[in-house]
Amino acid sequence: MILQALAFYLFAGITVASAFMVIAARNPVHSVLFLILAFFNSAGLFVLQGAEFLAMILIIVYVGAVAVLFLFVVMMLDINFTELREGFLQYMPVGALIGIILLIELALVLIGWQLSPEALAQGQAPPPEGMTNTHALGGVLYTRYIYLFQGAGLVLLVAMIGAIVLTLRAREGVRRQSAAAQFARRREDAVAIKKVEPRQGV
Amino acid sequence: MTSLGAADLVPVIPELFLATAGMALLMLGVFRGDGSTRFVSTLSVLSLAIAFLLLGLLPEGRTEAFAGMFVTDAFAVFVKSLVLLGSALTIVMSSAYIRSERMERFEFPVLVLFATLGMMMMVSANDLMSLYLGLELQSLALYVLAAFKRESTRATEAGLKYFVLGALSSGMLLYGCSLIYGFAGTTSFPLIAGLFAGGVEVSIGLIVGIVFLTAGLAFKVSAVPFHMWTPDVYEGAPTAVTAFFAVAPKIAALGLFVRAMIAPFGELADEWRQIIVLLSVASIALGAVAAIGQSNIKRLMAYSSIGHVGYALIGLAAGTQQGVRGVLIYLAIYLAMNVGAFAVILSMRVKNGMVERIEDLGGLAQSRPMMAAAMAIFMFSLAGIPPLAGFFAKFYVLAAAIDAGLYALAVIGVIGSVVGAYYYLRIIKIMYIDPQAEPLEKPMHRELGVVLTVSALFTLLFFAYPAPLLAGAEAAAASLLSP
Repeated sequence: MILQALAFYLFAGITVASAFMVIAARNPVHSVLFLILAFFNSAGLFVLQGAEFLAMILIIVYVGAVAVLFLFVVMMLDINFTELREGFLQYMPVGALIGIILLIELALVLIGWQLSPEALAQGQAPPPEGMTNTHALGGVLYTRYIYLFQGAGLVLLVAMIGAIVLTLRAREGVRRQSAAAQFARRREDAVAIKKVEPRQGV
Repeated sequence: MTSLGAADLVPVIPELFLATAGMALLMLGVFRGDGSTRFVSTLSVLSLAIAFLLLGLLPEGRTEAFAGMFVTDAFAVFVKSLVLLGSALTIVMSSAYIRSERMERFEFPVLVLFATLGMMMMVSANDLMSLYLGLELQSLALYVLAAFKRESTRATEAGLKYFVLGALSSGMLLYGCSLIYGFAGTTSFPLIAGLFAGGVEVSIGLIVGIVFLTAGLAFKVSAVPFHMWTPDVYEGAPTAVTAFFAVAPKIAALGLFVRAMIAPFGELADEWRQIIVLLSVASIALGAVAAIGQSNIKRLMAYSSIGHVGYALIGLAAGTQQGVRGVLIYLAIYLAMNVGAFAVILSMRVKNGMVERIEDLGGLAQSRPMMAAAMAIFMFSLAGIPPLAGFFAKFYVLAAAIDAGLYALAVIGVIGSVVGAYYYLRIIKIMYIDPQAEPLEKPMHRELGVVLTVSALFTLLFFAYPAPLLAGAEAAAASLLSP
């Protein structure tokens, strides 16, 4: 138990610290790297909760895809971040004010919060005995929620069609590899055997 | 865990067919290239027609499928038929337009198919989650269609504007859904309805959730004060896409609106009625006044559609079976009038390309008497002048409002209709009295001519034989209110 608590505070502490570094780091590439660190530690928190599937998904999707995409964008767009930070002091009072208001609101909500004992028990519905997370999720995803699952798939298909329709341009004069043309080429088309006389040249 | 079987697939056969057809046509287009656009368009119209037939073959009565995510009843079938009709007519009307505007790519009909699929999912939603997914599928396809002509800055701007505001409205809708889920403990419409069966007191959080849900849906039907995107998107998008926007998505979104209010929250009608009344009054007023100063016919049609949404919402505000019937009749007639009007707008072509100013219709009565007569029929009908179809549309919703005791709303509706008549009549005056503008190019495309004739005849002769539509709408409304 104490080991678990220690692990929790370790993961949680590093998550918060690296989240802070994401906005504090001067170099945007460092920000993205701290973001990845935060993702890894949140995945650790998930594992502690027994949600190993979510932990793996978090790493695969967020670290593997999203964060790497961020890294690419940050490195390729060449944005001058020091310029973006100009006027930081100017906007700070307004930002701080909004932050404080949000904090007060959150505090008000949390003070008035009464959690019923049943709610806590219902929230932690564990998967049935002898079943992994993945198995349990798959069991409802592909049966009870199959309609929504397929619907979400169609939404993604339309998004893909949309991205292609709006951005793909057929460029002129691009040389592409054509496997069919390469295979169709015979030896006779490409090689000619010439008898070269000595001291004559071709 | 609920077991799913083949019985779950029967109610979704039209949707399944449309989804499969959409993917098959996508493959066909990819392999045959953009030269196959006409072929893909024809097959798309055919697929929509087959889906329409399959809809008619569904077993009667209310059936739920997929653990209650999806429902089909007479209401769904009625609205889906209108949606399919609207989408098919749009593809037919747009084929000449996309060819001449150099946006002839096979993705156009495929995206329309997927948007239609989304609309059918919306109309059949029986759960907050399936509601959202249907809505997103439809909206995403529409965002792309709005920006389809990517060389045009205006179209791109329209697409981007629509996307950003649509995402905002989806956010509001989701926030509302999450509040409703939090306070009701379920997302299923029948289960939510069951909570209020005995006149239980409703928590304020749930009401706030309904307000956000209403705001999100009002965005999608472009009711005032959530209408800001409509004129810009209508004006910027390619005309064929505008014609699509004005018809099928409006009908589907209004159908969804009616179901999302009546099915889960029917018992709470007194709580949400005031919101709907406000939306309705504001839409009617803005639709009547703001359209007067417009010089672009697409913008004018945008304001006109805002006004018409206001009238359709009168029926929802009544919340009775008669009111829902009024909304359904309104949608059917609105479909015919708008398709016809857009057939005229799509044939506003002079030598140098498309024109879209209202003055460009000047003297149309001399150069194209038949087209001018048809346009005059649509304008009179949109203004609500008897004995044309538009009058009956307004009549049924206003009668429902009076029966429900909403006298002030009915009076405002009549006043709005009188004010709005000014700009519809102005178009007729321009066509018949004003000097000749540059004559429109002849001949009109054959498909457009057919659509124009059929919708004009429907609008003109509806009063002679309204029985089938009234009976269909009556059965549909009954299936929603007393399942």
